[in-house]
Amino acid sequence: MNTMNNPPNAMPESSRGSQINDSQINAAQVAAPAAFAATRPFYWALRRELWENRSIYIAPLAVAALILFGFMLSTIHLPDQMRAAAALDPMKQHDIIEKPFDLAELLLMATYLIVAIFYCLDALHGERRDRSILFWKSLPVSDVTTVLSKASIPLLLLPLFIWAVTVATQWIMLLLSSAVLLGSGQSAATLWRHLPLFQMWMGLLYHLVVVHGFYFAPVYGWLLLVSGWARRMAFLWAGLPMLAIGVVEKIAFNTMYFANMLGSRLQGGDDAGAASAPGRMMDSLTIITLGKFLISPGMLIGLAIFAAFLVAAIRLRRYQGPI
Amino acid sequence: MACIEARGLRKAFKSTIALDGVDLRVEEGRILGLIGPNGAGKTTALNAILGLTPYQGELRVLGRDPWAERDLLMRDVCFIADVAVLPRWIRVSQVIDYVAGVHPRFDRAKAEGFLTKTTIRRASKVRELSKGMVAQLHLALVMAIDARLLVLDEPTLGLDILYRKQFYDSLLNDYFDRSRTIVVTTHQVEEVEHVLTDVLFMDRGRIVFSCSMDDFESRYLELAVRPEQVAAARALRPMHERQAIGRSVLLFDSVDRGQLAALGEVRTPSIADLFVAVLGDKPGDQAGQAPGAVR
Repeated sequence: MNTMNNPPNAMPESSRGSQINDSQINAAQVAAPAAFAATRPFYWALRRELWENRSIYIAPLAVAALILFGFMLSTIHLPDQMRAAAALDPMKQHDIIEKPFDLAELLLMATYLIVAIFYCLDALHGERRDRSILFWKSLPVSDVTTVLSKASIPLLLLPLFIWAVTVATQWIMLLLSSAVLLGSGQSAATLWRHLPLFQMWMGLLYHLVVVHGFYFAPVYGWLLLVSGWARRMAFLWAGLPMLAIGVVEKIAFNTMYFANMLGSRLQGGDDAGAASAPGRMMDSLTIITLGKFLISPGMLIGLAIFAAFLVAAIRLRRYQGPI
Repeated sequence: MACIEARGLRKAFKSTIALDGVDLRVEEGRILGLIGPNGAGKTTALNAILGLTPYQGELRVLGRDPWAERDLLMRDVCFIADVAVLPRWIRVSQVIDYVAGVHPRFDRAKAEGFLTKTTIRRASKVRELSKGMVAQLHLALVMAIDARLLVLDEPTLGLDILYRKQFYDSLLNDYFDRSRTIVVTTHQVEEVEHVLTDVLFMDRGRIVFSCSMDDFESRYLELAVRPEQVAAARALRPMHERQAIGRSVLLFDSVDRGQLAALGEVRTPSIADLFVAVLGDKPGDQAGQAPGAVR
């Protein structure tokens, strides 16, 4: 943040006329308030969210610690396991070795979704419940900035953070098992050969950001909207309308389009989304499929709905006071 | 340019009319006390001024439309809505960082300076502070902002008498400098009385009385009349009469002091006395019927 606090004054001294320098300085001074207006409130709004909702980073870190603890205990059997696996064919070998790494990935992904859902449901509700909205609104931070900063937590910040935690966890797992194997006099080469971690991590990054971030965006948008609207029991209000629509559709038309649509959304979309499911390797074919997924109607419609929900949430926050 | 200018300000909730055509003009450098019974529309008026609620009618605050430009307006306007609006989870150091981060006119050193005069520790969370300390913290933050308008809505509600006194003292001594404007609502009229330059009574969504304190002191007199002079005093058309310890106390508007002195003891009434006289003994029942009312 220091770069933002100080206007860019690191201009090299040159032999040019002082007039040019003056105009440069003026330009810098004009630019400084503009930069202030645009980025600083957003940055601090984000920090506020992290101060207020420490579960955003504590929950994934705690889960990672649990995973590592469990994995550490499991490494007692690792040398025996590897000796037994050596007799199996490579495919089975691969499955056995990769399993704990996949499990770690899935657990952290589940943590992401749980944290994101609870965060969103409280994001615009908590400040009204504890009346602090009157304090936040007494500062020159617009409703747009506030709501966008809240939306960026499940959409961008959480997937990136979960990715970083997963990478760190899997890296530690790999080092730990290598150390155990080397300690028992075995080679860790098999382990490393069956774990193309870099490829797994790239696939995971895509999956987290695109599927759990962007493709799930309308879900987060809906939860944010409900949290800004509901006076209490935001959790119920978020779920009941969905259930109601599904039930009415089923009774009235005996169809389940809405339920299927929701289900498909929550499963990460059709085959294209699933193609990036954890554990899959990224080859050139899947990359093309994934690229298509990014501009598929399902993705774009989802983002449009997300934008509509956000606009509604911003408008709502303008009108809302403490409850 | 007036700091606040409102014309025909109206605001209706589902079943009640909170603001019923308020006309208001507050010049810069004034300290205005907004006095009224509960439900008179004071908070609604302040919320409109702060851009927290939409309204009908015309309203400009520092030349801006508050509802359309709240975030820009808040660079020049500060408010303390009531005692407990600082988020309870935040640390003192965090709230200072935050305000310093988002407010271009916040002077961090000044805020720290105010805080060193208190017993508030930087590492404490707001939930760990007493109510009085939270008020001190909020005031320190607000006073460190170089704002043109400060709005206080019951800022000392629930504080003990020491904190209340200290609150207004530091506001006057360390903050007010004739170029700033302060609007304050409170039920503890006697505590702000000596601070105000203007006073305004609201009832049922209307402004029923407004007066500068200079005018107030020269216009209104209270007479504790001697029993034998009561009839003579009443002939001078008091705007209000009450009984106090066996004596009639009459309140006059623009009556010669010498004339009254012949009938009993004369003194300048308090704002609370005038408030009762203007709004009647049962607040809310006689809205707008008082003599001297300004629409």
